[in-house]
Amino acid sequence: MCGIVGLFLKDKALEPQLGAMLTEMLITMTDRGPDSAGIAIYGAAGNRAKLTVQSDNPDQDFATLAEELEAALGAPVTLRANDTHAVLELPADQVEAARAAIADRPGRIRVMSDGDVIEIYKEVGLPRDVASRFDLPSMSGTHGIGHTRMATESAVTTEGAHPFSTGPDQCLVHNGSLSNHNSLRRKLRREGVRIESENDTEVGAAYLTWKMQNGATLGEALEASLTDLDGFFTFVVGTKEGFGVVRDPIACKPAVMAETDQYVAFGSEYRALVNLPGIDAARVWEPEPATVYFWSH
Amino acid sequence: MSQIDLANTSLRELNATLQAQKGGDNQTAWEILNPRGSHALAVGLDAPIEVTVKGHTGYYCAGMNQQATVHVEGSVGPGVAENMMSGSVIVEGDASQYAGATGHGGLLVIKGNASSRCGISMKGIDIVVQGNIGHMSAFMAQAGNLVVCGDAGDALGDSLYEARLFVRGSVKSLGADCIEKEMRPEHLDLLSDLLTRAGVDAKPEDFRRYGSARKLYNFDIDNAY
Repeated sequence: MCGIVGLFLKDKALEPQLGAMLTEMLITMTDRGPDSAGIAIYGAAGNRAKLTVQSDNPDQDFATLAEELEAALGAPVTLRANDTHAVLELPADQVEAARAAIADRPGRIRVMSDGDVIEIYKEVGLPRDVASRFDLPSMSGTHGIGHTRMATESAVTTEGAHPFSTGPDQCLVHNGSLSNHNSLRRKLRREGVRIESENDTEVGAAYLTWKMQNGATLGEALEASLTDLDGFFTFVVGTKEGFGVVRDPIACKPAVMAETDQYVAFGSEYRALVNLPGIDAARVWEPEPATVYFWSH
Repeated sequence: MSQIDLANTSLRELNATLQAQKGGDNQTAWEILNPRGSHALAVGLDAPIEVTVKGHTGYYCAGMNQQATVHVEGSVGPGVAENMMSGSVIVEGDASQYAGATGHGGLLVIKGNASSRCGISMKGIDIVVQGNIGHMSAFMAQAGNLVVCGDAGDALGDSLYEARLFVRGSVKSLGADCIEKEMRPEHLDLLSDLLTRAGVDAKPEDFRRYGSARKLYNFDIDNAY
């Protein structure tokens, strides 16, 4: 069991409250996933790329990271630390070089995401505690996805928490379990796709990224996942422009959606949505099995 | 009419209060405010009381119901009226998966759509859905009646036993051993009664009947031990 929440804002006036609304939804889903929590938040685009990184030893690892990367890349790098995570801003054409420099340096810094707008924060612990340590309620943005985890397919670690990002500004959260993730991981690695963990969901995310690298739209990639992924899944995916939802054909993993003039919201259960503004008048429905839904700005 | 507001009463207290009601009391009408998607709301009732839930509920609403009438003025999550024994449950909105699962008796009316596995393993319950139902509905259904005024999804009635299925709209596909059957006068009478009790304005003649072909392994006496 896991919990998923998602919020896509149509009304710009709500953007400063995105983090607060998502945090409340996330905490409500603690019963479905008390071991870890994470959030992907899509904020304002600047003219530089964002790289979100994580370390179990942030004081030491982040102290000189920006200076080291500036020296390695020959380009200006800023670092904004937030507990175990930090957001690096750097020129967009330096992202791969920065990833390589981070991999080569001592210490254990993990890259959570890269892109123009995405930031990912995830840790082991109760959703309330995870939200509090990153001050998620203060975050603003256009859309965001959150996940509360009850682990089945891999260990309870930061790497095993959701969301997973395997491409620029892309992320995926998952309720369910994939059965063919080992064979698919081997296949995707042979294709040169970067997969960092032994987690089944990361393979799902990597699969979608790989499809899109080969010319598929997100919609086409999600359609193809219905054939190529074996197992149970309700997926919510985020991109720079919006978010999408797809459920496997058996559809035993729950999903509820609500739409008003102000937002589109996703919850594993209706309970997650009850504090959203205007929910009593919202159109509330259950997404159909094997059907791709997508909303974009 | 007594009101219980879940904004200031715990779910456990609410269920304990409703479960403590006995037949013959004067206090028969209850209204529940602010359900806010709560799970296991109004479960295990066993008295001829009327409970109205003002809003959407979560998992297992009105499960194991006996005698009571539970009216949900909203949509319900998975497993509404699961294992109902008697009484009735009326849902104004939609129902999520496995509505009425394993129900032994009583009447479940869903005025919107029901999703997958509606009436799975039903054992005597009557279910009337005014909208559509999802895939694998009435899977292994043993007894009772499932009436669908809209369309049915894939694999309707897979591995069916003796339950009767009536569908007015299209059936996307029939499950293993489920076949269309002749609508005889006694079925029209039965359907007419169910539609009347559910408060649905529909003609029994517009429905088709489906049931078990009784060809699966378990129906062959030579496979019995």
